[in-house]
Amino acid sequence: MFELINTLLIGITAGSIYSLMAISIVLVWRSTRVVNFAAGGLALASSFVGAAILEKTGSFWIALPLAMVAGAIFSAFIEYFFLRPLLKRSGDQGAEIFLPIIATLGLLGIIKTILNYIYGDRIGALPPPLPDKGFVVSGESIALSPMRLLILGIVLLLMISLTLIFQRTNLGLSLRASSFAPEISRLAGIRVDFIRTVGWAISGAAGATAGILQTTNGSGSVSPESFEFSLLLVFGFVAAVIGGIESLVGAVLGGLTLGIILAIILMYVGGSLVFIAAFLILILVLLLRPQGIIGAKGGRRA
Amino acid sequence: MLRIDNLTVDHGAIRALHGVSFNVEKGQLAAVIGANGAGKTTLLRTLSGLNKASEGQAHWNDHNILHSKPEKLVRHGITHVCEGKSVIPELTVSENLELGSLWRRNRSESAQSKREVLELFPRLGERLSQRADSLSGGERQMLALGRSIMSKPELLLLDEPSLGLAPLVIEQIFQAIRDLTTAKGLTVILVEQNAMGALKIADVGIVLNLGSIAASGSAAALKDDPAVRAAYLGF
Ligand SMILES: Nc1ncnc2c1ncn2[C@@H]1O[C@H](COP(=O)(O)OP(=O)(O)OP(=O)(O)O)[C@@H](O)[C@H]1O
Ligand SMILES: [Mg+2]
Repeated sequence: MFELINTLLIGITAGSIYSLMAISIVLVWRSTRVVNFAAGGLALASSFVGAAILEKTGSFWIALPLAMVAGAIFSAFIEYFFLRPLLKRSGDQGAEIFLPIIATLGLLGIIKTILNYIYGDRIGALPPPLPDKGFVVSGESIALSPMRLLILGIVLLLMISLTLIFQRTNLGLSLRASSFAPEISRLAGIRVDFIRTVGWAISGAAGATAGILQTTNGSGSVSPESFEFSLLLVFGFVAAVIGGIESLVGAVLGGLTLGIILAIILMYVGGSLVFIAAFLILILVLLLRPQGIIGAKGGRRA
Repeated sequence: MLRIDNLTVDHGAIRALHGVSFNVEKGQLAAVIGANGAGKTTLLRTLSGLNKASEGQAHWNDHNILHSKPEKLVRHGITHVCEGKSVIPELTVSENLELGSLWRRNRSESAQSKREVLELFPRLGERLSQRADSLSGGERQMLALGRSIMSKPELLLLDEPSLGLAPLVIEQIFQAIRDLTTAKGLTVILVEQNAMGALKIADVGIVLNLGSIAASGSAAALKDDPAVRAAYLGF
């Protein structure tokens, strides 16, 4: 029983980070219909920025928001200077549909190469800002530490802010309208191109947060060849697909579901199976419920 | 006023408009009629900035409107309601309306416009928090029109608002368009398959055929011209 609760706690914490990565992917998909493999690279680059700021200032509380800003700027930059001109020229016929996918894959490679060039085999340190020792409940240490609570708190705060932005503000209405119906939005006076850049920027900030939290929750350091970040990218994708790729709520549920399932497998089956399990889940979802766990039959959800 | 000179539009190898020229005076309602594929939609899409012109000119209030983006033209008073109940199904009725006025960045004016729309189409008022895909076809068309009014248009481009609606609803929509034109002093281009209904409420009429103007004049005269009736109105 104790073990199960601990496994769930580990799963929920990891899953909440996958949720953020999934949100990052969903936001880009919704705003430009691009499968953004570069999201992993952007998260990595932003985490390096976070590590650099942490080194300079010594404060996680300065490093995290600035890394988010950096992620937003990187991401907006990529949309504006690479994807936008590319999408203007590409169509949806024949091999052209692969163009954006190949472009973001290429960008992922480029970002990693640049990081490699700058950092070589140096690493960026992002140690947990709060103690990572589990709270003790009736004599036993549980898998919930101040650090884990902090992660859950940050993710929750971001989700609430995003929900408020999307549902309650004019910007949110523009973001939703532009993703559902760009032409109608243009005719209603929305500057859809600008709104798309904003969508990418928010995505970059979410990805940066995911990257930093993943690092502090994991090894505490980032390297340009980080396997942790490859996992984060893959798990973010799986979570986004489980959630139906269109929906922010779906991305959160997808991330938590994936986190819990993987934690259970890790605990009771074996660590080497985690990666394969993620793909199995992905394939199962695509076969059984391609619209995702909350994707409604009647169409897309905001 | 709207001045269109020698407007020519191509879709790849297909020439959809061949040097079309006509003027519409401020405050007038112009009906553009013609068979399927005549180029009516292409005309409106070019005027609102969705399609590119190959040749020719179009001026609204002496402002060259070709080569501008739709979102910019909205700010110059040009609003286009596309073919086929142009609403966003995933958004609520209220959000669909508000979308049209976001660019104005003026809450009180937007609220005022919304009151006007709801006065014109009370049925929308009862459904404000419903998703737009729960509306009937007629209600969706009302919503699309309502959204265009929220954008505070001076030149309104309407593409087949009667498409797929019951006769009684069509009459209601046409009446609303006529009333709006008069009350707000709008200039309207009304593209229609329902030629008779459109000419009844219009001031002037333009008959398009295979991308060229086949006939034009006062709506009343067109309606009664036997040659036009036989060739283009089908009765
Ligand atoms: N996107 C497009 N690509 C290629 N050809 C097009 C495109 N849009 C329109 N056309 C062609 O241009 C011509 C005019 O089309 P348009 O849609 O303007 O006609 P319409 O008068 O609006 O017809 P309808 O009454 O059926 O709506 C047609 O021959 C059509 O096939
Ligand atoms: Mg048409």
